[in-house]
This record gives sequence, C-alpha cells and structure tokens, in this order.
Amino acid sequence: MAVPTYATPLERIWHYAYLVICGLIFFFLIAPIVVIIPLSFNAEPYFTFTDRMLSFDPEGYSTRWYESLLTFGMQNPDATGWGFWVDAWNNANWVKAAKNSIIIGVFSTLVATVLGTLAALGLSRPEMPFRRAIMAILISPMIVPLIITATGMFFFYSNPCEMLGIFGLPTDCGRLAGTYVGVILAHATLGIPFVIITVTATLVGFDQSLNRAAASLGANPRTTFFRVTMPLILPGVISGALFAFVTSFDEVVAVLFIAGPEQQTIPRQMWNGIREQISPAILAVATLLVIFSIALLTTVELLRRRSERIRGVTPR
Amino acid sequence: MANALDPHAAIATTATGLTDGALRTADGKPLARALARSQSLARRRAFLLVLPLLAFILITFVVPIGQMLQRSFYNDGFSANMPALSQWFAENPRGTEPDEAAWSALATDLQASAEARTIGVVGTRINYDVPGTRSLFTSTGRQVRRGIEPPYQAALLEIDEEWGDPALWSAMREASSPVTGNFYLAAVDRKRDETGSITQVEERQQVYVMLFMRTFWLSLLITGITFVLGFPIAHLLATLPMRKSNLLMILVLLPFWTSLLVRTTSWMVLLQQQGVINDILVWLGVIGPDGRLQMIYNQAGTIIAMTHILLPFMILPLYSVMRTINPSYVRAARSLGATSWTAFRRVYFPQTLPGLGAGALLVFILAVGYYITPALVGGSSGQLISNMIAMHMTDTLNWSMAAALAALLLGAVLLLYWVYDRMVGIDNLKLG
Repeated sequence: MAVPTYATPLERIWHYAYLVICGLIFFFLIAPIVVIIPLSFNAEPYFTFTDRMLSFDPEGYSTRWYESLLTFGMQNPDATGWGFWVDAWNNANWVKAAKNSIIIGVFSTLVATVLGTLAALGLSRPEMPFRRAIMAILISPMIVPLIITATGMFFFYSNPCEMLGIFGLPTDCGRLAGTYVGVILAHATLGIPFVIITVTATLVGFDQSLNRAAASLGANPRTTFFRVTMPLILPGVISGALFAFVTSFDEVVAVLFIAGPEQQTIPRQMWNGIREQISPAILAVATLLVIFSIALLTTVELLRRRSERIRGVTPR
Repeated sequence: MANALDPHAAIATTATGLTDGALRTADGKPLARALARSQSLARRRAFLLVLPLLAFILITFVVPIGQMLQRSFYNDGFSANMPALSQWFAENPRGTEPDEAAWSALATDLQASAEARTIGVVGTRINYDVPGTRSLFTSTGRQVRRGIEPPYQAALLEIDEEWGDPALWSAMREASSPVTGNFYLAAVDRKRDETGSITQVEERQQVYVMLFMRTFWLSLLITGITFVLGFPIAHLLATLPMRKSNLLMILVLLPFWTSLLVRTTSWMVLLQQQGVINDILVWLGVIGPDGRLQMIYNQAGTIIAMTHILLPFMILPLYSVMRTINPSYVRAARSLGATSWTAFRRVYFPQTLPGLGAGALLVFILAVGYYITPALVGGSSGQLISNMIAMHMTDTLNWSMAAALAALLLGAVLLLYWVYDRMVGIDNLKLG
C-alpha cells in the first residue's frame, strides 16, 4: 500500500508513523518467541544475556541445558555408548514426557478426527436438523473455560459410571482418571471443535454435484466417499487433525486434573519446572517446541494453499 | 422445499399421473408423501453422521459439567452422616434452642459417624461455614466413641465448650438439608446468619465479588488493548498485496501456533527483575540498577502476557472482514472532500465493525476463563476467578464452592457465547 499522490504532508508523516507502529506491534508479537532461542544456549544459569554472550564469546554459549534435558532422571548419566541411549530412552524424565505426549496426542487426534470429520459431513448437509444448536454444543469445548471442563472431568473420570445410578444400574466400573484412556478421551473432547471448524470450512466450497456425478456413474456411497469426497476434503481434515494434535500437545489443565504420575506429558513437566525450580532447561524445551510449531505452521499453510488450489478458490 | 438437484426430487419431477388431481411419482405414489419421505430419510442420514460425535460430547463433556454443577447446590456430607440431628432440625423451626433431644441426636450421630469413620466428611462440611471446626468434630468423635453418658448437653460441653456456639448450630442447621443455595450465597460474599437472614460476610473475607469484578475488568482491558494493537496490524495485512501480507501473516500465526506455556515462559524470562527488559532499561539509563521494575507476578504480568497470547484472536477476524472491504469507498469519500480522518471514521471503520465484534467477543470469552497464564505470572494481584476455582479444587477441597463459582463463570461465558452465535454465527469462526 502506497501513499496516494494527493496525500497532504501531514498524511505522509502519519503513514510512515503508522508503518513504524505496525513494526513495533509485530516486534511485540514475535520477539518473546525469538528471544528464548539464544537464551537457551546460555552457559550460565541466568535468564538474561550475559556479557560474554553479548560479545559473542563462544565460551558464553553452551548446549548444557539440552544435555540436562536428556540426562535428567537417568540412572547413570555418565555411561557411554549404547547404554547411555538405552538409559535415556527408558528413564530420562523429558524423554518419558515426550513419549507420553506423542502417544496421547496421536490417539486423541485419531478419535477427534474420525468422529469430527463424520459429524462435519453431516453438519454440512442442508437437510441436517437442529444444525445450529448441535453445532453450538459441539464447538462448546473450545469456549467453556478449561478449568471448568477439567473440574467436570475430574469428577467424571474418577467414577465414569456414577450417572448410571439414575437408571438403577451399578455405579462402580473402575476409574478412568490416572489412565491413558482417560487422558486420551479428555484430549479428544478438547480437540473436536478444531476438527469441526476446519472440516466444515472446507466443505463450504465443496461441490455436491461431484457426489451425484460419481453416483450416476455407478459408484456406491462408500466408493464415492473414499474416491471423490475424501481426496477433496483431505487438506481440511489434515489441518483439523494438526489443530487437534497441537491442542493435545499443549494441554496442561486437564492433565493436571485427571492424569496420574504415569501420564506426565511435556506441558505437565514444563508446568512443574516453571512453578518449582525454573532453570534454563525449560528454555531448551521451549526452543524445541518453537521449532516444532514452525514445522506445523508450515505444513498447515501448505495444506491450505493446496486445498484452495484443488477447490478452485483463488487466493484473494 | 427440497433441493432441486436432489435425486429423490428428480424422480418427483418426472411425475406422470394426474388422475385424481394429485401429482404422483412414476411408481404412482402421491408426490407430497414421496417428497416428505425422501426428505426425512435425508435428515435421518445427516443426523446419523453427527450422532456418534454428539453422543461422545454429551457423555464426556456435557454430563461431567452437569454433574459438577450439581455439587454447587447439593452436598450431603452432613445430612447423610448425621441423620438423627438432621431429622431434629427438620422437625424444629429455626430459632428453637437445642433441647436435650437435639443434644442426644448429636451424640448418637457423632458416635455412629465416628464408628463409620465418616466424621471427617461431616467436619469438613461444617468447616466450610465455620472455619476451624473440622478438628472439633474429629476430636469429639474420638472421645464419644469411647462412650458417652446422658445428659448429653453437659457431656458434650464438657468435651468442648465450642459445642454451645450458636453459629455452629446455625451452620449445622444449614448443612442438614443436602440441597442448599448457600454456596451461591458464599460465591457473592453473602451468608446466612443465626436468624437465617442473608448478610454480607466480614470485610476481610469478601474476596469473590472482588475477584469477579477483577476478572471482568481485566478481560475488558485486555480486549481493549488487543483491539488497539490488532487493528493497525489487521489493516496493514488487509491492504498490502497478497504476497507481502502472506509473509507478514506468518508473524501473527507463529505465536498462535506456539505452545501457551512457551509463550508464558518467555514473558517470565523477559519481565523478570533480572530479566532482559529490565537489563535493557538499566543499560539505557532509563532506570537505575536499584530501581528495577516489578513487571511480573502482579497484574501487569497477567495483562502483558495475556494480551500477547490473545492478540491473534483479535487480528484474524478483523483481517478477514477488512479483506472484503472495497477500497473504492474510501476513495469516493476522499473525492467528495472528506479528510483522511473523516473518511476513516465515517466510511472505513463502520465496515470493520463485524470483525471487531467477532474478535472482541472471542478475546473476552477466552480471557474471562483464563487459568494457566495468571497462575504462572499473576502473583497474587493478577489471579482471576479460574484460579480461585482451581484453588478450591486442589487445596481447600471445597468442591461445592468450586462448583458454585464455576457455575457463575459458566453462566457468564455461555451468555457471551450465545451473543456471539447471534451476532457472528459459530460457522464464521475461523482458525488461521
């Protein structure tokens, strides 16, 4: 956007001032995320740039916090060779947390994506009854404050069959709190709104006559879905799945309330680290997570462009 | 009316028979009925696709929240374990001095409850209303278990004089009914006194109203700041050529995709007294080495970090509305003699209002329920109502109180959600 030729001098000054203001706001948005990356290589246990770091002295930088991530919780961190890695894989706290985060993230994403995509297909049909109300219910896990959701889940997952008492059925069927299944179901619930939103947005531009064309050419509904509908909405489904995965991967409140010691995830471990003994090791984790989110953002952007291209939506 | 392209409707358009005046399909069924059938079939099919998810959400989300809310008005911790005394309260109106029958009921219940090891539950329930009474119940229970002789009044007063306290009896009367609105009264800093009328709690215990006000006020402030910061950015992104704005958009989306805990951690690092911002200010000479600013573990920390976290939620809806605004309107206004300020105020800004409404409502809804960031950077003056709910859940274990506060917060959020749906429509919620 350029300054129009008829602009007065005052307007020109304002235009440049405006660009500077925008620059400052962009700086506010991005600086906090960028600044932790160099700080995570600090050789000293401080949260600010030391003099040696500012003079670019290699002595001022180290990867000790990344090493401490690996060795924290290991039985024998001084071992060498194969034994070191086996020990790290089995015992290091952050490695365990990463494994848990990935297991919980993948399975909750699967549940959320399958159920969410089916529902989005139904919601996008013009015949869908009570569309607005049902949509409002399905999106509500994103709107209701997490602490309220987590509180409700805390009671529900400690005795999931309590409500069967109304029907006179036995009210004791074990606990879901403190199990992987419990955390996976909870995270699936929280991820579902994101799948619904992205998939219904993809389906808005979906040409229903393609389905009829497939049917008229003799395809049964299953073939039509897998050969015609699915490839077209796949980019939307994948970005919904990525949103659901990130939601689970970043979620700490539900984990705090319903997970047991066996289900410590990365955010849970960070939460402990921040509240108790904050050390630059947290910054090392944070840096790794920032790199992870850059990778995810790139994937989603590429998918969005691909989806716009194959659906024939020209970029505005 | 059926979709003209619907296959079932297509059959109907080939209607042949007109014998009895009614349109019929090719196989001779009345058209209206065939149409209704095919429509209801389509409705059922669509609904069946949604059903699994709807059932899942109802079971894992709606029912748990309902169960939790039930605790806000239902607590049988006292009534279930002290049946005889609860019976006496039910039979005698408020203001009746406890007679020997009441004392005897109390002693019997204490004895039975101590035997059944539920005396702690009873004590905890009364402890919510009269702090410090949990130990009274447990210690008395221990002694009563060894045996107690009538007259019970004298015997119990002998064990502990506090049993004669009218406030205690009033609290027990309140707790003797499992259904109670007292937790909601407490959530707005009110209580029932000995005579049963509603009064304000003592000034030093008045926390909840203040916290609700603070939550709403800070959320409003954060919404305002995100608007002030988000508007220029959205405008810039919407008016730049696509290629450039896509690049700059990454700067908005990256924070959006970055872990909440990571962003909160970076603000802790930046705002600390020994942190980067204070270091820069000292280096610039703006503040002395002794005058380092306290920017975290207080309200300022909560406001700064939450503004940063919620800013993309303001920018994205504003941007998508501004993209659709035709620039020739502003040019037309200018050509008709409006100054650039007037053109902005009278022509451009009113067209951004839908995006502004969507963004502001979303930011406000999310801010009102925020928990993690205030808990980590808020100190004591930056805590919000969510943190109080968490405290009652994990520290004081007053779950009914947590449920009552949650119910009030949930009511406010659902009201705003409804307004959002009316104004913006949930379908228009966009992510990235």
